Amino acid sequence: MKPFDLVRFALQAATGSPLRTGLMALAMAIGVAAVVVLTALGDGARRYVVNEFNSLGSNLVIVLPGRTETGGIGIGTLSTSTTRDLTLRDAAALLRADGVVRIAPLVVGDAEVSSGGRLRSSFVVGTTSDFARVRRLELAQGRFLPDEGLERASSWAVIGATIRDELFGAKPALGARLRIGDRRFRVIGVLAASGQGLGMNTDELVLVPAASAQAMFDTNSLFRILVEARERDALDRVRSQVEDILMARHDGERDVTLLTQDAVVGTFDRILAALTLAVAGIAAISLAVAGILVMNVMLVAVTQRTGEIGLLKALGAAPGAIRSAFLAEAALLSLAGAAIGLLLGFTGAALLRAVFPELPAYPPSWAVVAGLATSLATGVGFGVLPARRAARLDPVQALARGL
Amino acid sequence: MSQIELYEIDRIFEIGDSCVHALKSITLTIDAGEYLAVMGPSGSGKSTLLNILGLLDRPNHGRYRLEGHEVGALPPDQQARVRSERIGFVFQSFHLVPRLSAADNVALPMMLAGIPAGERRRRVADALAGVGLESRADHRPQQLSGGQRQRVAIARATIMRPAVLLADEPTGNLDRTTGTEVTELLEDLNRAGTTLIVVTHDPAMGERAHRCLQMEDGALRADRRR
Ligand SMILES: Nc1ncnc2c1ncn2[C@@H]1O[C@H](COP(=O)(O)OP(=O)(O)OP(=O)(O)O)[C@@H](O)[C@H]1O
Ligand SMILES: [Mg+2]
Repeated sequence: MKPFDLVRFALQAATGSPLRTGLMALAMAIGVAAVVVLTALGDGARRYVVNEFNSLGSNLVIVLPGRTETGGIGIGTLSTSTTRDLTLRDAAALLRADGVVRIAPLVVGDAEVSSGGRLRSSFVVGTTSDFARVRRLELAQGRFLPDEGLERASSWAVIGATIRDELFGAKPALGARLRIGDRRFRVIGVLAASGQGLGMNTDELVLVPAASAQAMFDTNSLFRILVEARERDALDRVRSQVEDILMARHDGERDVTLLTQDAVVGTFDRILAALTLAVAGIAAISLAVAGILVMNVMLVAVTQRTGEIGLLKALGAAPGAIRSAFLAEAALLSLAGAAIGLLLGFTGAALLRAVFPELPAYPPSWAVVAGLATSLATGVGFGVLPARRAARLDPVQALARGL
Repeated sequence: MSQIELYEIDRIFEIGDSCVHALKSITLTIDAGEYLAVMGPSGSGKSTLLNILGLLDRPNHGRYRLEGHEVGALPPDQQARVRSERIGFVFQSFHLVPRLSAADNVALPMMLAGIPAGERRRRVADALAGVGLESRADHRPQQLSGGQRQRVAIARATIMRPAVLLADEPTGNLDRTTGTEVTELLEDLNRAGTTLIVVTHDPAMGERAHRCLQMEDGALRADRRR
């Protein structure tokens, strides 16, 4: 039989029994749709996380006091035993490295913040003017902390949107006095509302110069230093420069931990990719189940069409031709099911995106290809047994069944 | 050398513990272009003989030579080829594929043989015209009368221009007039050179054949020529 005739014959045979065909295609469609939607969900989550991290600044090296061996974020990095403090001078020294564009030291702590009789407790971050650029902060009003050098403990404060609302309400915040702990500040800028992200929620922050925060919290040490490299490719160089500079300043001891966003993002990326794969695997099981259904339905088809098979043999069809005809039918059904499944799956993914606009729920192309390939493979694979049974039928007995 | 040579053909069906000896040592030669009727009571083995001649069934013993080739011992693939190219079958209950049009039913053997679509269309049109059904090409079998169905089946059986045409009670499901028409159609084909072997219960049809085999209990009782 010519391939075109084979396909046409299989198509006619398939459409000849719409219920059977429909059920089989449906089973395949559900399997493929499950693969598409679930991987879209998984990969969407992965992309969401990676994007969030990258929006925090992808060419950052984060310097933590104390030495840990872990590469990513974990309990270990939070509970490092500090051997020697990181100081503002250390931070200033890092600007000497040629791959470094800017740095932002961080001093953090909780303090009471009050203005005009309203009071709340807030997370206070001491830093420098470059923090706004390192962290890509947008201002709603006023300006960010001025560039006065690292050591000046001036009394400017920049507040987050929520703090502004709660302390000032409808009153103008710019220029207003603000009491933080036992010190007085003047509001110089208000951050734009950032909404919920994976990073810090900047809406509830109060930012002051690093030296002021150190004085407020009575410390000389820094919580972290953010180092921005000129470009992503320079990260490794900057890393080793930072390490060398700090080692030289700390009497030859490696007592800091360096994190890059890459490592953090990489960890999340890997975890979520593995999760997506696992979910795809589970969905693929439904494809295998669909394959078994295909086999059963095709076996029924062979029984139903025994007379026809006998006739085809009497008309000169070789066993191979009968086998190909049934395999072609199984393949066509799987293909049709897979096509419907893709349609359903992409619709489902689009619905997900409509319901969760933040989630880039697009099915990865590998999943689409794998879903299609699995459905075809199971359809044809499970079609082999019925096809062989059909090809082996005894023509006389088959004919005796009638059409 | 005869076209068909059967030598001591045995066909035994085993059902559970019992055996049915459907054909008992049949030896028979048939020449090209013969017109042969096979008659006999029900269960005498006529259909079994025809199935073996048509390579739809294998004998338990004996040899079958068709046009000088040992076809009885060929593997299934090659037997399929012999069926496709040398043998045409007409059945009592027509055996048309219900979902295919008359034209597609007639084209089926050519499609299975891999003949290109253009040539198929031409030959199907000729064949349907040959059986007087050119206007019914697009009809499904259930839209045709019994006589018309059998004529479609005959067009299908002869579309590959077989050397041997086997018909198992071709008029069994037809009334006398349509039966005679179908018989005349088959005889036309025989006059054009095809060997025609017809199983029939109808003595009138037996009379028309040039040679009549009488079977009984799996054996040949008589072999009369006219
Ligand atoms: N597939 C089979 N299995 C078992 N026995 C069979 C089979 N086919 C035929 N037989 C037996 O073989 C014998 C001959 O059967 P066959 O069909 O050849 O008879 P027939 O002459 O064609 O009869 P009829 O005129 O009724 O068609 C019968 O006894 C039948 O029961
Ligand atoms: Mg019979």
